[in-house]
Amino acid sequence: MATEVMVRSESDRDVEFAAWFTGLVGEQKLRACIHCGLCSGSCPLARHMDFGPRKLMYLAREGFADDVLGSDTIWLCTSCYACTVSCPQQIPVTDVMYALKRKAIESGKAPKHHPVPVMAKSFAKMVRRRGRMTEVFLIAGLALRSGIHRYLGMTGMGLNALRTGRVSLRRDSIKRHDELTRLLDAVAAHREKVTRP
Amino acid sequence: MREYDYYPGCSLKGTGKPYEESLLAVFDALGARVDELEDWNCCGATAYMAVDELEAVALATRNLALAEQSGRDLLTPCNACWLVLNKTAGRLSNDTGLHNLVCTALESTCTVPRGEEAAPLTYTGSVSVRHPLDVLINDIGVDAITAKVTNPLQGITVAPYYGCQIVRPLSPFDNQDNPVTMDSLLGATGCTVLEDYPFKTRCCGASQMMTMPDVGLDLVSMLLADAAARGADIVAVACPLCQFNLEAYQGRLSGGNGEPVEMPILYFTQLIGLALGIDKKTLGLGRSFVNPERALAGRSLDE
Repeated sequence: MATEVMVRSESDRDVEFAAWFTGLVGEQKLRACIHCGLCSGSCPLARHMDFGPRKLMYLAREGFADDVLGSDTIWLCTSCYACTVSCPQQIPVTDVMYALKRKAIESGKAPKHHPVPVMAKSFAKMVRRRGRMTEVFLIAGLALRSGIHRYLGMTGMGLNALRTGRVSLRRDSIKRHDELTRLLDAVAAHREKVTRP
Repeated sequence: MREYDYYPGCSLKGTGKPYEESLLAVFDALGARVDELEDWNCCGATAYMAVDELEAVALATRNLALAEQSGRDLLTPCNACWLVLNKTAGRLSNDTGLHNLVCTALESTCTVPRGEEAAPLTYTGSVSVRHPLDVLINDIGVDAITAKVTNPLQGITVAPYYGCQIVRPLSPFDNQDNPVTMDSLLGATGCTVLEDYPFKTRCCGASQMMTMPDVGLDLVSMLLADAAARGADIVAVACPLCQFNLEAYQGRLSGGNGEPVEMPILYFTQLIGLALGIDKKTLGLGRSFVNPERALAGRSLDE
């Protein structure tokens, strides 16, 4: 298989992004990355990604924000923590992935209509309002927002879930959901204060 | 009598219903009391953390605070919920600034019923969030379970699949690289435990199965093909996401020789329940997509 070569120039760098990224883990720790590739080697999703976590870390620390935040790499991460526990320099790769996901959403650079960020946002919205997630409404919303064609193959599964009583068609909600929403509003006001993963 | 608060999480009220049913039945049979946490909310899972960090921490903290009211350990059967709550508890105890910020907001916005009144919700940091694998091994004990087995599951080979978040990045009660708690518990049921199952902690795809089915199917097909090749009749799981991913899409997979994949995926609590002589219906076995009857054949399940 041919190896794809990525060429990037100085003008593609976003120095502010590089500084933000370095601050996530700490300069010393990030520079301690020896690019051994254990993160990518241990990642069960790497073969489906634009590029693996090792290359992602490298691009991010040098400030190639568009490559990093526009990649599907961060959205394919399932948070299985295989990279985190195998990193010889104790870099919390999975937590870095979370921070990059948030940055991609905030900056509007996440791939448009990619089902994973679409799902994450619908999930958060549902939980914010009701305090709980009801699976069937999450899937229905996801299908509507990211393309219903993706989900036609799931019809059989949906019928099985109905037949066995494993799907609740009632939107679940907590009793004191108004208190929960106020709590989330209260902490959201402090968002800028906490940046480390 | 041992008593626990119980945090089901959203999945155990939907697709993971058989996990809740079998867990409660098994704890009852073993003489442990389990009470559902009053007005618990979603843990935030992995999705909320991808959107907003502080709000995700606050969501988890409200549950920890509700659990702290009783002073009991919080039984948390979903691997994802278990990790979110444990990780949040750890962060709050290591980061005073974060603890103060979130707990001040909590106290000024949230309440907990106290008699007829509503008291402000506080959290000091004393809750222990525990997975049923941990509780069954360390509080109840394998011997106590073995002593109550009336229907040993002899002749069935079971592959124990742990998934990721119960062993990574934290592993307070099991071996991170080769966990064995489920092996020991399944051993008590009399079944043959597949000891050599290297994929036991490899990711099942989690919510990717829903968002990117092709990617999810690729991960699951490996796990199932390997379990089958090693002679497993059943794969046992300890997480509602793993269970659903491994079971629900088998119709879309084909085995190495092109034959359909048909591997029953049961919660370890369902297998323990069967061995304890609890009836199938109570254990939610009728809710399986892949019928486990053939794999369990020869067992007398309704004694």
